[in-house]
Amino acid sequence: MEPLVHTFPPYREREAAHAHEAHAHHEDIGFWRQYIFSTDHKIIGIQYGFSALCFMLFGFFLMMLMRWQIAHPGSPVPVIGPLLAKLLGQPAANGVISPELYNSFGAMHGTIMVFLAIVPLAFAAFGNYVVPLMIGAPDMAFPRVNMASYQAYVLGGMVMVVSFFIPGGAAQAGWTSYSPLATTIPTDGQFFWIIGMVFLITSSLLGAVNFIATIIQLRAPGMTWMRLPFFVWAQFVTAFLLLLAFPPLEAASLMQLMDNVAHTSFFLPTGLAVGGQLAHISGGGSPLLWQHLFWFLGHPEVYVLILPAMGIVCEIIANNTRKPVWGYKSLVYSVLAIGFLSFIVWAHHMYLTGMGTKISAFFQATTMIISIPSVIILTCLFISLWGGSIRFNTPMLFALAFLPMFGIGGLTGLPLGFNASDVYLHDTYYVIAHFHYVVAPGTIFGLFAGIYYWFPKMTGRKMNEFWGRVHFWGSLVFMNLVFMPMFAQGIKGMLRRMADGGANYSAARVPDAIGTLPGTIMELHTWILWAAMALGIAQIPFILNLFWSIRHGEKVGDNPWHSTTLEWQTPTPPPHGNFAEPPQICRGPYEYSAPGHDTDFTPQNEPDAPAMTPKTSPAPAAH
Amino acid sequence: MEIPYAVHPRPDTGIYNAKVGIWLFLASEVMLFGGLFSGYVLLRVGADQWPHGWLNVTLGTANTIILALSAITTLLAWVACKVGQFGKFKFFHACTLLLALSFLCIKGYEYHDKLIHYEIKLTDGRIADGHRIASDADSVTIEGRYVTDESQLYDLRAQKNIPRDEIKIPRSQIKSMENYGPWHNTYLALYFTLTGLHALHILGGSIVIGYLWGPGRRLWKTDPQHFTNRVEVSGLFWHFVDLVWIFLFPVLYLT
Repeated sequence: MEPLVHTFPPYREREAAHAHEAHAHHEDIGFWRQYIFSTDHKIIGIQYGFSALCFMLFGFFLMMLMRWQIAHPGSPVPVIGPLLAKLLGQPAANGVISPELYNSFGAMHGTIMVFLAIVPLAFAAFGNYVVPLMIGAPDMAFPRVNMASYQAYVLGGMVMVVSFFIPGGAAQAGWTSYSPLATTIPTDGQFFWIIGMVFLITSSLLGAVNFIATIIQLRAPGMTWMRLPFFVWAQFVTAFLLLLAFPPLEAASLMQLMDNVAHTSFFLPTGLAVGGQLAHISGGGSPLLWQHLFWFLGHPEVYVLILPAMGIVCEIIANNTRKPVWGYKSLVYSVLAIGFLSFIVWAHHMYLTGMGTKISAFFQATTMIISIPSVIILTCLFISLWGGSIRFNTPMLFALAFLPMFGIGGLTGLPLGFNASDVYLHDTYYVIAHFHYVVAPGTIFGLFAGIYYWFPKMTGRKMNEFWGRVHFWGSLVFMNLVFMPMFAQGIKGMLRRMADGGANYSAARVPDAIGTLPGTIMELHTWILWAAMALGIAQIPFILNLFWSIRHGEKVGDNPWHSTTLEWQTPTPPPHGNFAEPPQICRGPYEYSAPGHDTDFTPQNEPDAPAMTPKTSPAPAAH
Repeated sequence: MEIPYAVHPRPDTGIYNAKVGIWLFLASEVMLFGGLFSGYVLLRVGADQWPHGWLNVTLGTANTIILALSAITTLLAWVACKVGQFGKFKFFHACTLLLALSFLCIKGYEYHDKLIHYEIKLTDGRIADGHRIASDADSVTIEGRYVTDESQLYDLRAQKNIPRDEIKIPRSQIKSMENYGPWHNTYLALYFTLTGLHALHILGGSIVIGYLWGPGRRLWKTDPQHFTNRVEVSGLFWHFVDLVWIFLFPVLYLT
């Protein structure tokens, strides 16, 4: 840290205070303002990251419970069964997960993973921490809006968690909350779900406005659009998706709220029967309207999940191949194209609703077209590896694994994009396997890579490399063991959302009957359960490593990865305000191994004068 | 630490941060109301019957004029700040706030009018339709009329001068009664949801403008340009809310 502190004299004292006494700022702004109601983008980023990781673990536990139920329908959950029964009462009587509880867990697993874990981690956490640093800004454009965004997120998360403990439990209608099911289930879970979603939508709306305004307005002098790191581009497009795709879901949520509370019939058709009785409603509503509005968000949301991860992977690949990414402009234009196209593919989630051939032809065409920019991005990243002297550190391992894993996820999506094959595969485990390959070993690997990569900037220490590798190999192997069998199950016709894992439906006891599931397919449930447990165990090294390294990791300098982008050209951790004066940007983001330089990396803010030695000395030894 | 371009425009983009922010926010608002309007289109196209002439066009027109006037006063308040006449700012935004209040009062009256309007199905098959003026344990009194079929209640455009009598209906003759709330039919559901959300926006905008007019005006003394920016940004939001009404009025009142 020493060499850079000299370049930023105003922060010298503050830096020293940070290093020697954690509570040095009490008289400044106090603990609450600094850590809880902070307006500093870095603190907010860490708040988001920590909360999102907690929710991800929570969502994972829900999944474990569901996998137990699928593999052993009707048997009490071992170890934590009594606890479940105590906490949740009747739906978990005797520690057995009832079908209603299974539905709750399914709905909430999806909701939590998408809206409370991945999006906050990928977009809000990394975006908050890294984007202002990367563009040379002192903070986000609207720091207080930023704080409000996090608070809305926490409120939304609280409402979702509290809903587990209300009578009847959490929402049961799936994370997609299709009407009329979502309105006719006679518990209050859906009401809590909608209220929670309104908070979460508000949160990401505020975040999106802030990100776009920051990237447009607060780029440092010389940081032209084509000098932005690709990660910033990815976040920029992601923010637009959130900004424009979420409001229609908010509109839909309002209408569903009216259906549930004011007994309107926005999504309830005439003649709807509930429990064998004609429902007492005015009717005239359209269930398809909900699906359209939901998937108008739902599909861009897929790209909200994947684009930040692509951005992270791109940064890490450029850094660890020590050469510029191949096709920077193609990457940028592709991500813009994805952003635009993602708004006109939503109805490929709805082929089974009986849409006309013309409409479905349109959505098949756009769905196939959007795969082109995705493939361009993946191809650029693959070609970037060519001829590089690759450093295989933990972030790079995760980034490299992202490429084939996302490839599997993307390519298995093609049969779902075609009407003819989708009608067969729709609502089966094939779909589950497909989108989990995109999000779990895809996005989450990208996020792990980002955590290992930026951890030294946040703390001044590296995470342990050995346990990082253990985490990586464990995750890679068991992720695949969890999700690969689901392709087979789905192709054989196993449906999603069945609380008993298809035991009743499959009639596996009747060999060779048409339309049943073979016993081997049903046995895969047990294998998946064991693989999921092993996957959970593989995360333990990560969790311990994360906390242990905050205080005990190997001390490193300001730029341990010898990176070119701006976030590494600040003191570590960056002080409030990031830069003493706006840095002057002189070049593009990936000037690695440029000829005529002393080092194999040339930071973006290094002046052009060829005689000067680089301002940032490569990784001073720990002092 | 100071955020750059919080007050003064960035040279290459030509605008200050909050203006970028508000335009982005308005873009998302367009999508929010766009989602609701597309719901309107889809539900109306799919409906068997669609009510006509259920709302009071005079009151709707009055509210349209009120909002149009408030758009003008908002603009003038901003201009007054621009030329440094703080007194005029206070006057024009006082007008804006009064106009907003009148809008909400008229809207409230219209809601009330719908909520006391009952359609009562009688045991003899007739329907009594009108505004409740009294009710007790034994009977309900409305000011309205009898019809023989529900479809006669749908298009009121041609029925300019419907005779309205005071009708007292014993509870024993009532099969079911329901007021014209959002639960009554899809049209009213849309009416209440769309105008309700819009009214919430009016309320929110009024709170912001009221803050700038009241406690927020201190900023004028220390940083007039920053204050003027705030007036401009809140004005942009106000104009958007007015614009939404310009769509709501024909869609709900006139067609």
